[in-house]
Amino acid sequence: MQKIAALMRQKAQELLSSGQVQQVAAWRKGQLAYDNAPAVFTSPEACADLVYDEFCPANLSKYLLAATKKKLKTAVFLKPCDTYGVNQLLKDNRVQREYVYAIGTPCQGMLDIKKIRAHGLKGITRITVSEGVVQVETVYGTQNLPQRDVLLDKCLQCKGNAYMIADTEIGEKLATPEPRGDAFAAVKRIEALPPEERFKFWQQELSKCIRCNACRDICPACSCEQCIFDNPAAPVAGKAFADPVEENMFHLIRAYHVAGRCVGCGECARVCPQGVKLGLLNLKFMKDINTFYGPYQAGSDATTPAPQVTFTQGDVEPSAAGQKGRS
Amino acid sequence: MQKIGVFVCWCGSNIATTVDVAQVVAAVKTIPNVAFAADYKYMCSEGGQELIHKAVQDYQLDRIVVCSCSPRMHEATFRNCAEQVGINPYLVEIANIREQCSWIIKDRAQATAKAIQLAKAAIAKVRFNTPLTPGESKVVKRALVIGGGIAGIQAALDIAEAGYKVDIVERQPAIGGRMAQLDKTFPTLDCSACILTPKMMDAANHPNIKLYTYSEVEAVSGFVGNFEVKIRQKARSVDAKRCTGCGICTEKCPSRKTSSEFELGLKTRGAIYIPFSQALPKVPVIDREHCLKFQTGKCGICSKVCPAECIDYTQQDEIITEHYGAIVAATGFDLLPLDKFGEYGYQDSPDVITSLEFERLTNATGPTEGHLVCPSTGKEPKSVIIVSCVGSRDTSGRGKTYCSKICCMYNAKQAMYIREKYPQIDVTVFYIDVRTPGKAFDEFYRRAVEEFNVHYIKGQVGKVLKDARGGLTVFASDLLSDKHLMLHADMVILATAVKPAAGARKLATMLTASMDNDDFFTEAHPKLRPVESPTAGIFLAGMCQGPKDIPETVSQAGAAAVKVVGLLAKDKLRTNPCVAHCQENICSGCLACEKVCPYGAITAETKTVINLAGVKEQRTVAVVNQTLCQGCGACTVACPAAAMDLKGFSNQEILAEVDALC
Repeated sequence: MQKIAALMRQKAQELLSSGQVQQVAAWRKGQLAYDNAPAVFTSPEACADLVYDEFCPANLSKYLLAATKKKLKTAVFLKPCDTYGVNQLLKDNRVQREYVYAIGTPCQGMLDIKKIRAHGLKGITRITVSEGVVQVETVYGTQNLPQRDVLLDKCLQCKGNAYMIADTEIGEKLATPEPRGDAFAAVKRIEALPPEERFKFWQQELSKCIRCNACRDICPACSCEQCIFDNPAAPVAGKAFADPVEENMFHLIRAYHVAGRCVGCGECARVCPQGVKLGLLNLKFMKDINTFYGPYQAGSDATTPAPQVTFTQGDVEPSAAGQKGRS
Repeated sequence: MQKIGVFVCWCGSNIATTVDVAQVVAAVKTIPNVAFAADYKYMCSEGGQELIHKAVQDYQLDRIVVCSCSPRMHEATFRNCAEQVGINPYLVEIANIREQCSWIIKDRAQATAKAIQLAKAAIAKVRFNTPLTPGESKVVKRALVIGGGIAGIQAALDIAEAGYKVDIVERQPAIGGRMAQLDKTFPTLDCSACILTPKMMDAANHPNIKLYTYSEVEAVSGFVGNFEVKIRQKARSVDAKRCTGCGICTEKCPSRKTSSEFELGLKTRGAIYIPFSQALPKVPVIDREHCLKFQTGKCGICSKVCPAECIDYTQQDEIITEHYGAIVAATGFDLLPLDKFGEYGYQDSPDVITSLEFERLTNATGPTEGHLVCPSTGKEPKSVIIVSCVGSRDTSGRGKTYCSKICCMYNAKQAMYIREKYPQIDVTVFYIDVRTPGKAFDEFYRRAVEEFNVHYIKGQVGKVLKDARGGLTVFASDLLSDKHLMLHADMVILATAVKPAAGARKLATMLTASMDNDDFFTEAHPKLRPVESPTAGIFLAGMCQGPKDIPETVSQAGAAAVKVVGLLAKDKLRTNPCVAHCQENICSGCLACEKVCPYGAITAETKTVINLAGVKEQRTVAVVNQTLCQGCGACTVACPAAAMDLKGFSNQEILAEVDALC
């Protein structure tokens, strides 16, 4: 990964000094060994701070919204899963292709610091990954953990190492984590519950929400000029506030709004400070879309319209949807 | 402060029997802003409307809720009533306490409670209603008729006679359609050509009618009153203006192996041909696929023999763009292909024919000059079996579930024709039911049975096989005597199901006109608006809307023509103000609305908008064409940001209704 990081710095500097792009979206070092943050670099000198390792999970595609607004040609480093988000933003006309310079960036799975800490590790100073083993150096000594045990949940649903959009690629593609079994297994478990239990499950899950809006802000499918929840003139916003468990409405409406746009990047669940199982809600919609209209992956290109906004003879009849949705 | 008047109608006993109207009045009086409430026996009557007028003046009402029948019935009445006393018609709401309440609930208490709820919802909505004003759009005084069969010809003639310009687009080289192929017509047995040809002549010669034959509609845009249509006039390879129709070219053409479409493959034609003797226009066309000149470069005989020198091998397709105020779809029908019905032996024996092929065999201009002979031997048949419902009323999934409607009558016609001309031929008709409603129809059928001794057997034919003697063996059941039959026949006629003509769906898509699962065009209302498509400005005539015979087709064509004339008689159209509009500053330009719009009313435009921060920026946003929009609201639900909203049915109004109900 260090080699890749060096190549990225070099590329970023090249692009900025040649004037090919006006800014570069990447990651910079945080205060700790595992809290890298997204950053925008505007000069070749600043690129010295550019880092890349297993703690760069953030999908940078949404920075392109501002880039388009400001008409700044922006190079963006995209892990394979992040490329779906860019395509979705292009499809939704929220990002203009002329302002995007997409750089495919290899990834072998990002790590979850919570899972590492859960092994009782404190005072972490350095974390490195080599051939499936995560070496955690702490002030108290060094410990090795199997990489698969501490991967982010979203990486366990990895869609592979192919870039859906890339103007250029950095280094060689890496082997991405093998996806874990049936992606919809958890959805099927919830679907099998009796309605009251299912309701209780979601009520419990969603009532953890503190409405920080992190899920919405990171989501490449949530790209409206003004979110309906921020629009007092839209009566929906009032609904969400009036409901006794207002978050229910917020998350349910949001799930409907991103249905067919959600690329399954898993960022919503990752950034949720309350650990709400948001990805599960989106997976339910994805499963239904696949069942009703045939396999569909949002963001695999920038042109194919979502099945809900296209009409074919093969589409499921609305009356059958209720039945089929539970199967 | 708003002042709402609520008017509760008894509808005689229709509402008042099951709904306690006095209780509804008492309940709504307690709702804030309700300044007046009253009930009346017939609110739609003059007395009821006067009551409304007086209450508006006495209580200075500014909004009206009428609790009555469906808005489809009297919304317009009450809107006019409101307008007369200076209230914008769109500040009137109807609570349907008849169809949605008194007619469906028997219990008085329950019905009254629901009526109150519906009234509350309407009151909640009317608070948010805004005054709306219909717009105007101009009407192009020219109509387009798609299809040049009897439906299209009749519609065009009626429109033309009313003084409007009308164009007919026909994809075949000549007008006439299916009716031109028929021999006799039921129930009067007059010759089809004798009654059709004068109409074809009238259409071709009418100063207001323009024919585009050998042409197809390529694209349709625009909206009611102003459609823009691109018509592809296919290259005939003959200069129609100079051609005299002498037909020498068609006689001298050395390529003779192409089967004639008009004769349904019972005869061949040249590569340059006139489809039938009375064709209009009588101008030949070169079928380039079968022409030696086009395929090999050698030949050119037609050009050499043409006395008018009008053969033009270099002619190109021409695209004509024209504007129309109204469009009539009259695209007619085809027969169901019989490849899935192997049991009838249609593919195996030339003596198994469809009823339409039979028409050609008995027609004086047909391949046998009207002599009924078996195609395999050229000899007169001794016995003929007619099979009804081939592919119609089919539940096996191979055919069509509907009744093709015309077959029972033409079966009787064909059977009678055979018995009359060839009394020695034995004719048997197998049927499931004989359906002959219609003026002089049942008498006609009875004549076939009683006077002409046609055998009618209730039962279906299971199998038709070629037998050793060169004839046909027909296996069937006789349901009335519960017997299995094995009969000999020299000819079997299959009364084959009709289906909408090929390409109807493609055309419907261009017209944004809706179709049913069988690809018949659907009507705006099956009973009350049977000749209109739900898409404004599109009218329907003939078989493209459903199976029907010639008299019905002609009636429907006339009705469609009247609707067209009614539209073209207007200089301007009042547009429905309940259309979608886009709040551009919050539109993200994702264009989900554009994709779900069934009317093509939404387009993407890159324009300068003032964003939420108050800054001007160039952005792609959705723009609604207010004339194209029919107010269906599909876009408003597709829009995640609620930038798209529907006037008269805004998100706010609908949610207020929902809130009042739950």
